[in-house]
Amino acid sequence: MLRKLHKYANPNKFSLIIMPIKNVCLYTALPLIAIGLIIGLFFSPPDYQQGETVRIMYIHVSSAWISLFAYVLIFFLSVFYLIWKFPLFVLMAKEIPFVAIIFTLITLITGSLWGKPTWGTYWVWDARLTSFLILLFIYLGLIFIDKAFKYNVNGDLSFSYLSIIGAINIPIIKFSVDWWNTLHQPASVIRASGPSINIEMLIPLMIMSTGVLLLFFYLIFTNIQSAIAEKKILFLSSKD
Amino acid sequence: MVLKNKKLKRFSFLLAAFLSIALATFFVLKALDEKIVFFYTPSKLFEKEEDKMQYIRVGGLVKEKSINFSDDGLKVNFMITDNKNTVNVMFEGILPDLFRENQGVVAEGRFNKEKKIFMAEKVLAKHDENYMPPEIHKALEEEK
Repeated sequence: MLRKLHKYANPNKFSLIIMPIKNVCLYTALPLIAIGLIIGLFFSPPDYQQGETVRIMYIHVSSAWISLFAYVLIFFLSVFYLIWKFPLFVLMAKEIPFVAIIFTLITLITGSLWGKPTWGTYWVWDARLTSFLILLFIYLGLIFIDKAFKYNVNGDLSFSYLSIIGAINIPIIKFSVDWWNTLHQPASVIRASGPSINIEMLIPLMIMSTGVLLLFFYLIFTNIQSAIAEKKILFLSSKD
Repeated sequence: MVLKNKKLKRFSFLLAAFLSIALATFFVLKALDEKIVFFYTPSKLFEKEEDKMQYIRVGGLVKEKSINFSDDGLKVNFMITDNKNTVNVMFEGILPDLFRENQGVVAEGRFNKEKKIFMAEKVLAKHDENYMPPEIHKALEEEK
């Protein structure tokens, strides 16, 4: 079974395969984000406590999920690379932090803007906020390691190991609100007893999140294609 | 078969590395438990032995009918409760919009043990995990 998949490990083939997928992602993502934003900003109800500020949530929560999902993806690609040693795995993993860090920044900024009217402060050092800031620094670290060792197998290894070490932070972010008392509220959607968020707010959030997820895939596929092209050029120019 | 073993070896190495890092992180967080919590509940606050006026945070619900504003409306006095113990809080400044009875709040300041008064320098409101439109909240309240 695994042998059959080997032909997709050829970067050239892979680049061609993701071309149509990438476009489907983009052209589904844009209308979904537009619909999600329009419902979220104009047609969804205000919250009984926060009032209209709740609308920040549609951007904040969807980008927070993508920031975490992106890391899980990097983690698995790194593990696969270290076990099977297919360069394509780490090539893909290395393209993710550039995109993911943008979503992490969006999460932190929108959260901060929401915090001022709701909590009365832009920033506190509670477990959730601090661990999410650490995620930003881990992404920065991964980007720097990639830049420092460009085109070097040592870079691939350091990147993979660092991303595995940093993965410890992901469950800490998710469960920080349950393990310690924090200013940040506990999970409203992904929790054992089902969502504690009203369906009228959950629908635009889900539309937004799906849209942002597809946009994220479009962005990383584009990055992966250019990374493959870059490697090809490098290989060809080293031949003469 | 040799190839398979090599992959298994790499996998077990990664697993061992990951587990040891996870274990180390667990112990560090366990040791820092007291420091990571964002606030103490009133019960925890009374348990604490330290006499010196440490800058700390205390959190809980604002007790019903405990909010008293001073005549000029600048100072406010209220009680924070965790349904076991209550602590008296004095505060001068701007309260967050969400501040009201039965609302989760976190007060930052110093606890005066002799007078049993918490002198707050900042009051933050806590939001809970429930998101709902005002009409539904009203309906739920009426049902109670």
